[in-house]
Amino acid sequence: MDRLLNVIALASILLIALVLTSVRREHIRVEYSVSWLLAGVALLVLSTWRGLIEQVAFALGVPDAAVALLTVSGGVFLVVLYRLSLRISGLKDSNIKLAQRMAILEYRIESLQSNHGAEGR
Amino acid sequence: MSAASSSPQTASEKRLMVLIPAFDEEGAIAGVIAEVRSVVPGAYILVVDDSSDDATVFEARRAGARVLELPHHLGLGGCVQAGYRLAFELGFDYVIRVDGDGQHDPRDIPALLQALEKENCEMVIGSRFLSGSTLSKTVTGSGPVRSLGILFFRVVLRLILGRPVSDPTSGFVGVNRTALQMFSRTFPLEYPEIEALVVLQRKRFRFVEVPCRMRPRLTGRSSITGVKSIYYIAHVLLGVFVNILKYPGFARRKG
Repeated sequence: MDRLLNVIALASILLIALVLTSVRREHIRVEYSVSWLLAGVALLVLSTWRGLIEQVAFALGVPDAAVALLTVSGGVFLVVLYRLSLRISGLKDSNIKLAQRMAILEYRIESLQSNHGAEGR
Repeated sequence: MSAASSSPQTASEKRLMVLIPAFDEEGAIAGVIAEVRSVVPGAYILVVDDSSDDATVFEARRAGARVLELPHHLGLGGCVQAGYRLAFELGFDYVIRVDGDGQHDPRDIPALLQALEKENCEMVIGSRFLSGSTLSKTVTGSGPVRSLGILFFRVVLRLILGRPVSDPTSGFVGVNRTALQMFSRTFPLEYPEIEALVVLQRKRFRFVEVPCRMRPRLTGRSSITGVKSIYYIAHVLLGVFVNILKYPGFARRKG
């Protein structure tokens, strides 16, 4: 069990490092890094603070601290993924509206230009 | 910018737009445009190109249609809605949608237009399963999976709309300006036909069906085949459910 907790602690540190590196290189915007950093820090704290994860395990009714940690990890990442799904949906809607608006404006500019050209001849 | 400034048509010609959504239809689009022009010579023919990879835009322009080019692929609903938005902004009274693959017979356009003008309804659907006023119980002419899907959604829509719909997946539809205004604001984006009926009903709009002819597509193949048809059914069912939640009230005006 200790080995699993250590693996999760190590994975949390890697996650935090990866996110910070991505933010520094501007691959992830700061506002989207917050969820991942919070998730990484939460998992790091739980995997290294034995007393806390045992209390969480007791509260969840899970006999094993490692199982409790995996359950919490799953929950945390579900929340992060849900937030991202919300964001992606909003972006897709905006993108469709923008593409439609751009196409319509382009169409109307071309119509104006062709009308203007016809008048000029 | 006024509508008139971007359209060379006269007011009387401008009442009807024939909207042709197209994606990779280079083999069929010119023929469809020619047929539409022969049936409704004064209509404004707009091809909405959903970012085709082939020469659809070139062929459509060569055939004399106006082309609204989307910058990237939006899917059928986004493509049709772009056309509805433009039609509404340009002030059209009626829009009839004809698919770019040649399945819809443009000779039925006058029947759809007449129904829109005379039946006091916001939308008219061309139904391949309606003969006169008789509803065919069978759905011959479609593939087995699609036929099952149509039968299934007939039952679902009967329960929701409180009236029969013979051809719920038909894309051969006409709308008046009232529906155009609504659809230019909100329109189902992926598989729009069935969800659009629910949106109409929730908005207390009316629709009628008129018999029409459907032909085998001239080019390409349906995107809803095999496993995708299962996804289609699940997606549309969810969409119907979401639209029921989104628009409160049970409006059941007989169409």
